[in-house]
Amino acid sequence: MILFEAKNVTKQFGTFTALDNVSIAVPEQSIYGLLGPNGAGKTTLIRIINQITGPDSGELFLNGKKLKPEDVMTIGYLPEERGLYKKMKVGEQALYFARLKGLSKAEAMKRLKYWFNKLEITDWWGKKVEELSKGMQQKMQFVTTVLHEPKLLIFDEPFSGFDPVNANIIRNEILFLRERGATIIFSTHNMASVEELCDNITLINKARTILEGRVDDIRNQWAANEYEIAFDGDVTLNSHGGFSILDKQYENNRSLIRIKASADMRSNEILEKAISLGRIISFNPALPSMNDIFIRVVEQRN
Amino acid sequence: MNKISVIIQREYLTRVRKKSFIIMTILAPVLMAALILVPTLLVLNEDQEYKKIAVIEDGSDILSEAVPDTKEMDFVYLPGARLDDLKTTFESAGYYGILYISPDVINVPNAIQLISKQQPPITVIEHIESSIEKELEKQKLLTYNIEDLDKIMKNVQTNVSVQTIKIDDSGQVKQTSTGIAMALAYIGGFLMYMLVFIFGSQVMRGVIEEKTSRVVEVIISSVKPIQLMMGKIIGIALVGLTQFFLWIFLAILVINVLKTTVLKDTAFSDMAQKNMVTNVMTEEQQAALENNPAANPELAEFTQIFSSAMNQPWGLIIFSFVFYFITGYLLYASIFAAIGSAVDNETETQQFMLPVTIPIIVALMVAMGTMQNPESSLSFWFSIIPFTSPIVMMARIPFGVPMWQLAVSMLLMLITFITFVWMAARIYRTGILMYGKKTSWKEMWKWLRYSG
Repeated sequence: MILFEAKNVTKQFGTFTALDNVSIAVPEQSIYGLLGPNGAGKTTLIRIINQITGPDSGELFLNGKKLKPEDVMTIGYLPEERGLYKKMKVGEQALYFARLKGLSKAEAMKRLKYWFNKLEITDWWGKKVEELSKGMQQKMQFVTTVLHEPKLLIFDEPFSGFDPVNANIIRNEILFLRERGATIIFSTHNMASVEELCDNITLINKARTILEGRVDDIRNQWAANEYEIAFDGDVTLNSHGGFSILDKQYENNRSLIRIKASADMRSNEILEKAISLGRIISFNPALPSMNDIFIRVVEQRN
Repeated sequence: MNKISVIIQREYLTRVRKKSFIIMTILAPVLMAALILVPTLLVLNEDQEYKKIAVIEDGSDILSEAVPDTKEMDFVYLPGARLDDLKTTFESAGYYGILYISPDVINVPNAIQLISKQQPPITVIEHIESSIEKELEKQKLLTYNIEDLDKIMKNVQTNVSVQTIKIDDSGQVKQTSTGIAMALAYIGGFLMYMLVFIFGSQVMRGVIEEKTSRVVEVIISSVKPIQLMMGKIIGIALVGLTQFFLWIFLAILVINVLKTTVLKDTAFSDMAQKNMVTNVMTEEQQAALENNPAANPELAEFTQIFSSAMNQPWGLIIFSFVFYFITGYLLYASIFAAIGSAVDNETETQQFMLPVTIPIIVALMVAMGTMQNPESSLSFWFSIIPFTSPIVMMARIPFGVPMWQLAVSMLLMLITFITFVWMAARIYRTGILMYGKKTSWKEMWKWLRYSG
C-alpha cells in the first residue's frame, strides 16, 4: 500500500526551476531514498512534503487522501541543517518542540524520558544546546523528530555529522522505527547507507527524476552480466569467447577474478569453465554499487 | 490557537528569566531618574567649593556690606584697596575673584565687575546681582524719607508662585502644574520610544536567530508562519508590558515610601492627602494654607506639585500608554519581523532599518518639542499620523488632548497596524525560507504579492 504519493510536482523560484514534474510513491512501512547531487531539488521536495512551501503545480497524497495542513501531526521532519535554539536547555527545548507537535506536557515528558534513556543522553537534559557537540545536537534533534510517533518520517541527510558509532545507532533506530510501522523518506549522499537501508529510491538531477524504483531491481538492471569468482591459490583465467576478464587480484593465497560475460552467456556455463581451473571459494553476480550507478547516471545526463 | 500559546510561553519565559531582564527592570527607572535629576543636580551643586571674593568699592562705601555671605561664598570688604594692585595678587592672597564696584554705580547699572581667573558660576553672579539690586533699591527709597519704611517694606514683600488651574468641559477644576505635565510628557514619550524600539528590535533579532539557526524549518513544519510570527511578537509584547507594570509598581512603592517618610511629620501631609482625595483646592484649604504658621513657600510649592501630580489623569495616561504601546509596538514589531525574515544576518539589516528608525526618531524629536508647545500644529499632526502618534500623543496627553483627536489617532493606529501586520506576515512567510540571496525592497514587494 502506498502511504505517501507526490504527483507531477513542479516548483519554480522566479526563473529557476527547482522541481520539474517530479513524482514519488512511497509504500507503507518502507524506507525511501531521495538521491541526487547538491542543488538537485531534494530539499525543495522535502519542504513541499512538509508543507513548508507549496508546489506551483502537482498534488500530494497521504494515505490516498489529499495532504492537509493538519497532517503535519503525522509527519516528523529532521532538517539537514540542525535547527535548535542555542541558548535554550536541551530538555526544555525538546519539550517545546514536542508541544508544538500537539503533545500534552505530561505525555511529552514521558516519551522524552523513554528516548533520552534509550539513546543514553539523559545527562544532557539540563545543558544548554550550545554546550553540545554537533553529533550530540543531532541525536537530540532526532529524538524531537520521532517523539510524536509520526507515521511518516522525513530525514534530510540524517548521517552527516555523526561518527561511525553514532551513525550506526541512528541506523538501527531507523530500522527499528520501520519495524514499528513507520514509513521513512530520507535524502542522502551516503550511498552505502542507501544499499543498506533503502527499499526504494528516486534519483533527482537538475530538478528531474532520472532514476527510480526498488534498489534491488535497479542494481540488477545495471548489473550488465558481471561476476566475481574467488579461487583458492593462484589461478589464471583466460578470456574466452563468452566472457572477458575485467580484473584479477591475488591476495592471501586467493585469486579474485572479475569477469564480464556476453549477453547470451549463462552463469552455469561460466561456472563449468571455472570449475576445471581450481577450487572455487565463491561465485557471485557482481552488482554495481549504488555509488557507481549514481555517478554513471548523473554523468550520462550531464 | 493552543500552539500559539505554546510559542508565546516560550518567547515570554526565555526572556523574563534572563538576568538582563531583571537588571533592566530595576536599573531603567534609576537611569531614567538619573537622566532627569543629574543635570538639575549638576546645575545646583555646580561649584560647592568655598569661594572668597574680595570687594573693592572705589571712592565710597555705600555698597560695601551689600552682598551678604552665603554657604559657598564669603565676601570680604577691603577698604582702601586698589584694583590695579589686587589684580595681580588676588589669587595668591587666596581670593577667588574681585568684585569691583565703581563710584557711579547708582546711575550706571553695569559699573560692577567681577574679576576672576575662571568663568564664575551663574549662582555667584545671580547672588551678587540680586543683592546689589536690592541694596540699591533700598538706598534709593531711603532718599524719599518715608516714615516707617522698614515696616512698609516688610509688608510689601510677597512671594508669588503661579498656580495653574485647568477647567475641563464639565466645569471641574483641577490644580495642575506645567512642570509635572512636562515631566510626564517627557517620561511618557521617551518610555514609549524606548519600549517600541527595544522590544521591536528584539523581535527582529529573534527572527534572525531562528532563521540563521534554521530552527524556523522545524517550527514551520509544525505551525503556520503567521502563528510563529505572532507568537513571537505577542510573547515579547508581554515581556514589555510586564516590565512596564513592574515599573509602575516600583514607582507607587517609591511614592508611598516618600509619603510616609518625607511628608510624615509636616503639617502638610494631611493637606496633601486631602488635595489628593478631592482633587480640588477648596477655599478652606486655601485659608488653612494661609493661616498655617509653618506655611513656608517652599513646602507649599512641594505640596502643590505633589497634589498636582496626583491630579493628572492617570487612568487616561495608563490606558493610552497601554493602547499605544500595544498598537505602536505591533506596527513596528511586525515591520521588524519582516526585515528580520528578509536578511541572513544582523549586519544586513542596516539598509532596511533606516527608513523604519527615521519616523521613530522624528517622533521623539517632535515629542520633545511638544513639551514646550503642546498646542502646535506640528504636534497635532504628528500625534495623528500613525507612525509617530504613539510617542507624540503620549507627550501631549498630560497637557490635555480633546477626545476627538485621541479617537481619530487611535482609530488610524488600529487600521495601520492591522494592515502592516498583514503585509509583514506575507513577507515573513517567504523571507524566512530564503537563504543566501541579498534581499532588496523590490524583492520584498514581490513576496508581498505572492499568492501561495
